[in-house]
Amino acid sequence: MRPLVVGGEALLIELDSAQEVAALHAELLRRREAGELGDVRDVVPAARTVLLDGVAGPGALADRIARWEVPPLARTEGPLVTVPVRYDGPDLTEVARRWGVAEREVADVVAGTEFRVAFCGFAPGFGYLTGLPERLHLPRRNTPRTAVPAGSLALAGEYAGVYPRSSPGGWQLIGTTDAVVWDPEREPAALFAPGVRVRFEEVTG
Amino acid sequence: MSGGAPEAALEVIRAGALTTLQDLGRPGYAHLGVPRSGALDAGAYGLANRLLGNPPDAAVLETTLDGVGLRALAPVTVAVTGAPCAVRVSGRAAAWGAPVRLRAGAELEVGRAESGVRSYVAVRGGFAVPPVLGSRSTDLLSGLGPGVPVAGTVLPVGPAGPDPVRGADELRVPGAPTELVLPLRLGPRADWFEPASVAALWRAEFRVSPASNRIGLRTEAGARLVRSRGGELPSEGMVLGAVQVPPDGLPVVFLADHPVTGGYPVLGVVPPGPPLNAAAQAGPGLPVRFVRG
Repeated sequence: MRPLVVGGEALLIELDSAQEVAALHAELLRRREAGELGDVRDVVPAARTVLLDGVAGPGALADRIARWEVPPLARTEGPLVTVPVRYDGPDLTEVARRWGVAEREVADVVAGTEFRVAFCGFAPGFGYLTGLPERLHLPRRNTPRTAVPAGSLALAGEYAGVYPRSSPGGWQLIGTTDAVVWDPEREPAALFAPGVRVRFEEVTG
Repeated sequence: MSGGAPEAALEVIRAGALTTLQDLGRPGYAHLGVPRSGALDAGAYGLANRLLGNPPDAAVLETTLDGVGLRALAPVTVAVTGAPCAVRVSGRAAAWGAPVRLRAGAELEVGRAESGVRSYVAVRGGFAVPPVLGSRSTDLLSGLGPGVPVAGTVLPVGPAGPDPVRGADELRVPGAPTELVLPLRLGPRADWFEPASVAALWRAEFRVSPASNRIGLRTEAGARLVRSRGGELPSEGMVLGAVQVPPDGLPVVFLADHPVTGGYPVLGVVPPGPPLNAAAQAGPGLPVRFVRG
């Protein structure tokens, strides 16, 4: 765990793995909930870092965090959401071929995986979901689509994600959900906030 | 509302090059991928609201280079701050940096910036467009918040608060900036660059690139920063004022609509407050220097 001071009011904590990021993020949320974190405006996990922004004394906070015992993340930590998916994506055949399974088995693979929102980015409410084993990681498409429909369940690299709104995108599209992953009028606005566990459940029609 | 006073509102007659609604933005939602947004020149924004006795988070208009034209649909009081410019009410000269009363039907013309880039047009009561995640700021990166006003857009005005219109005892019109000096605190990724090229940064004179916008102040023409290592940085959280250095080696200073994460290494951070307010008013071609902050 390497804390790096960012300007006068932020701290970037660098970690060695996505698992360590998830564990520290969960610990930060626990301590914030318990009122032990102090004034921190933003807790922003990313691929190998957690940014703490809006901090009165980043150096002092770095010293405190360095003394924490951060337990490994428990599998059941974090709220669980179940998202219905129709497996009708245009890249389903390609994904099945790369995984070496029949097309209809892609749904089983995804349904059998418990995902976790590692972090958000790209667009409001776009969560980067980890959980797929390394042998199932996929490249991005060679040519990004100019418009990916909202609600598309997509895979790229080690991540799965659902496009919150129509946007350009280069991920492999395997299905569609009617779940609203982003609604700023709703509390919480994002279905996929960092730390949330996600299961995708196949629906037909 | 028959029998009552007409609802206060301003209609956009001339939208200008880019006019957006802005307030203090949406800090605290970065973990959901939401940029902070908000007025770029926080000092001028705060002043405009103080002049009118508005709460410190009231929504105002932020103009870009060529001002805006508005028509009052009911009597209102407005104030223009930020980039100095001619202010006219139905053709007659009016005060910049002071409360200005508009009668119903009066036309407010906020002229081209005489220096600087962004003027702020506040109205007593604030613009009362619906907030999104607690803010009335238009976020040009992610598209959150109210749409960009166009000619014909009617902007509702909220009720005035308990504080009176104050005006100012003494308001200095800012002179035209001759250069932008940005204090820079190195880190978190200064070690990604050749020390010699970082040393050269302090001696270099950059210029503000015309590609600058609310997302970032881009630079051109200065000494290029050279990376000391290959490979890519996994995307990480970004702060306001972060100075990101893309592969072309020219620093980009992140402003309010910056993305919440980024994959280019951050050489250092320019503190919020006066330095970033000055960056908001730095037009294309203005010389830029970085000093140790």
